[in-house]
Amino acid sequence: MSKDNQILENLTSKEYEHGWSVNYEADEAPLGLNEDIIRWISAKKEEPSWLLEWRLKAFKTWQAMKEPEWSNVNYRKMDLQALRYYSAPKQSKNPKNLKEVDPELIAIYERLGISLNEQKRLQGIAIDVVLDSVSVATTFKETLGKLGIIFCSFSEAVKEHPDLIKKYLGSVIPMTDNYYASLNAAVFSDGSFCYIPKGVRCPMELSTYFRINAANTGQFERTLIVADDSSYVSYLEGCTAPQRDENQLHAAVVEIYAGAHSEVKYSTVQNWFPGDKNGKGGIYNFVTKRGICAGDHSKISWTQVETGSAITWKYPSCILKGDYSIGEFYSVAVTNNYQQADTGTKMIHIGKNTKSRIVSKGISAGKSQNSYRGQVQVMKRAHNARNFSQCDSLLMGNQCGAHTFPYIDIANPSAKVEHEATTSKIGEDQIFYCNQRGIATEDAVALIVNGYAKEVLNQLPMEFAVEAQKLLALTLEGSVG
Amino acid sequence: MLSIKNLHASIEGTPILRGINLEVKAGEVHAIMGPNGSGKSTLASVLAGREEYEVTDGKVLFQGKELLSLSPEDRARKGLFLAFQYPIEIPGVSTTNFLRTALNQVREHRGQEPLDAVKFLSLMKEKMALVEIDQKLLSRSLNEGFSGGEKKRNEIFQMAMLEPVLSILDETDSGLDIDALRIVSNGVNKLKSDKTATIVVTHYQRLLDYIIPDFVHVLYRGRIVKSGTKELALELEEKGYDWIKEEVDSTATI
Ligand SMILES: Nc1ncnc2c1ncn2[C@@H]1O[C@H](COP(=O)(O)OP(=O)(O)OP(=O)(O)O)[C@@H](O)[C@H]1O
Ligand SMILES: [Mg+2]
Repeated sequence: MSKDNQILENLTSKEYEHGWSVNYEADEAPLGLNEDIIRWISAKKEEPSWLLEWRLKAFKTWQAMKEPEWSNVNYRKMDLQALRYYSAPKQSKNPKNLKEVDPELIAIYERLGISLNEQKRLQGIAIDVVLDSVSVATTFKETLGKLGIIFCSFSEAVKEHPDLIKKYLGSVIPMTDNYYASLNAAVFSDGSFCYIPKGVRCPMELSTYFRINAANTGQFERTLIVADDSSYVSYLEGCTAPQRDENQLHAAVVEIYAGAHSEVKYSTVQNWFPGDKNGKGGIYNFVTKRGICAGDHSKISWTQVETGSAITWKYPSCILKGDYSIGEFYSVAVTNNYQQADTGTKMIHIGKNTKSRIVSKGISAGKSQNSYRGQVQVMKRAHNARNFSQCDSLLMGNQCGAHTFPYIDIANPSAKVEHEATTSKIGEDQIFYCNQRGIATEDAVALIVNGYAKEVLNQLPMEFAVEAQKLLALTLEGSVG
Repeated sequence: MLSIKNLHASIEGTPILRGINLEVKAGEVHAIMGPNGSGKSTLASVLAGREEYEVTDGKVLFQGKELLSLSPEDRARKGLFLAFQYPIEIPGVSTTNFLRTALNQVREHRGQEPLDAVKFLSLMKEKMALVEIDQKLLSRSLNEGFSGGEKKRNEIFQMAMLEPVLSILDETDSGLDIDALRIVSNGVNKLKSDKTATIVVTHYQRLLDYIIPDFVHVLYRGRIVKSGTKELALELEEKGYDWIKEEVDSTATI
């Protein structure tokens, strides 16, 4: 075995660092999935009847649907009746502020390196933390409130801002959209809601941190972001889960609405437990994310760094309805060991002079499979639509796979669509060159991979970019064969 | 400083180095010349620790210690530097970033604190002046799209930053224009001291007008077949290699 391979062996067996779990008293739904469970969840959350009806309708739709099989991933289907659809840490009901949040829960986040103490945060990031099925805390509410910005848990939004929720819930991703989105609509338990009023530039990053703690529990959260005309917001999402032998399901929905001249940046650093090095356990990350550029000159930008999950099935998309609207998708997807990722985007050009840009960087190591799947659709009235797609794959070792599935669908002849794709390998000569300057192999790999992913990492807010760089290095250290 | 004894190395079973002997002392400059394919770059790579080459026999001491069992990065950290004949491109990584990583790892090995951004930048400024390299080049992706000459100049800039004990320059002169050759050579000369040594691999006497060698060796078919002083280089320039090849081939026992 060469030295590089040995380092690979040592390093890829490194433990997932967020794999711990804690025991807390939980308020749980019984196992299984049926109408009664949905009623149970809705009652638990003291929801208005229209929302219960909406859930039940979604459930009916879902029952008639089949789990999709078109993606390039292989896995044993989950027994959805063996899951629990609600689990919440018992704490003083609806804490009004951080002081009322159970210190034990705050400690969980401290351990994850996320401080909920507003004074402690250096840079302004307001954060909503979701543990299993519920939001446990939201910071900086008051500061934001002065600007008319609403940032709170989904449950709270249903109670406090029912008109907004009624208007926008399911407006971008209908409850009938797809198998996982419909399931989410039926059983979602919490998530974040954010509303930026007209003309307001949100002064800090808004962020949701998702953590799955309980076993046998699916996490089904919804995030809804509404940016009114001429507003701006940058939103971050992070996530981790304990290391467990059985697979866990995460089926989230994120909807973004962007009014005229508004801009929404949505960044994700996904670090769900990927399974162990033999492919045991790990999160099934089946997520539906979509934004609509509803108004003219609006812009939605998705940036994702996907390092975790056993299986990722995720296509953050943009519907470019407003004239001159812009959609962007920047992605780094890393797979190692037995991970499988099928991820990409959809850019749907409806308005005139709409533009989209796709930059996808896949990195595969170990025995993993990494697929880019992207669609660029130009509708009939979308005059002068422009798309540029760049899909690169980096292979480490020769047991992994990289695949690209671009779909281009053009109904207006004035469209200009460009697609570039490359596949490369980390060269032994690149590593030797670094070694010769005194750089150890694992650091050389980190350097090369971060260089490769730079265009995407540059899109992330500063603090997040540094985290993401470290994460990339950690996921891949030494995986050169 | 460097003592090579009966070094044999092969690649994929083909012997390339077939008994190299060479002694380099601190303060010396050695030039290695020889026809294409004679094994000059192979020797440089083997000394730097490239894994593809298998050392089948021989011994190398560097600063009195066994060299061949060390990893490439440890050799570098102990002060061995190779300016590549064909520098490698690393997309998305600037020379600055690359060197900062390298220098701090070297410093760590030497038990020194990492340089903070301010100190690092002032060191960069100083060394940039030495080889007259443009700041803009250093913020671009390492070697990506660099011209041949820019790559070579960048190699010597890296050498200046890392302050090696033994520098091996593999055809650093090829690709440099006349002015650049003078500037880069002057840089190399300024970096020399009685504590460092330099091995220059070259095809041309021209370089040796600037970097004056104490010894000149001719490598042919994996062996040093002739050694002399700087006059040997002049003689080669004039007569080529045929006379040496004939000498060797007539007495060869292959
Ligand atoms: N993988 C390989 N398999 C077989 N022979 C190889 C391999 N790699 C290099 N060689 C041979 O080793 C010999 C020495 O090559 P090397 O690069 O050391 O020559 P050099 O003296 O530096 O030549 P130049 O002056 O052209 O740079 C050459 O004949 C080359 O073809
Ligand atoms: Mg050579």
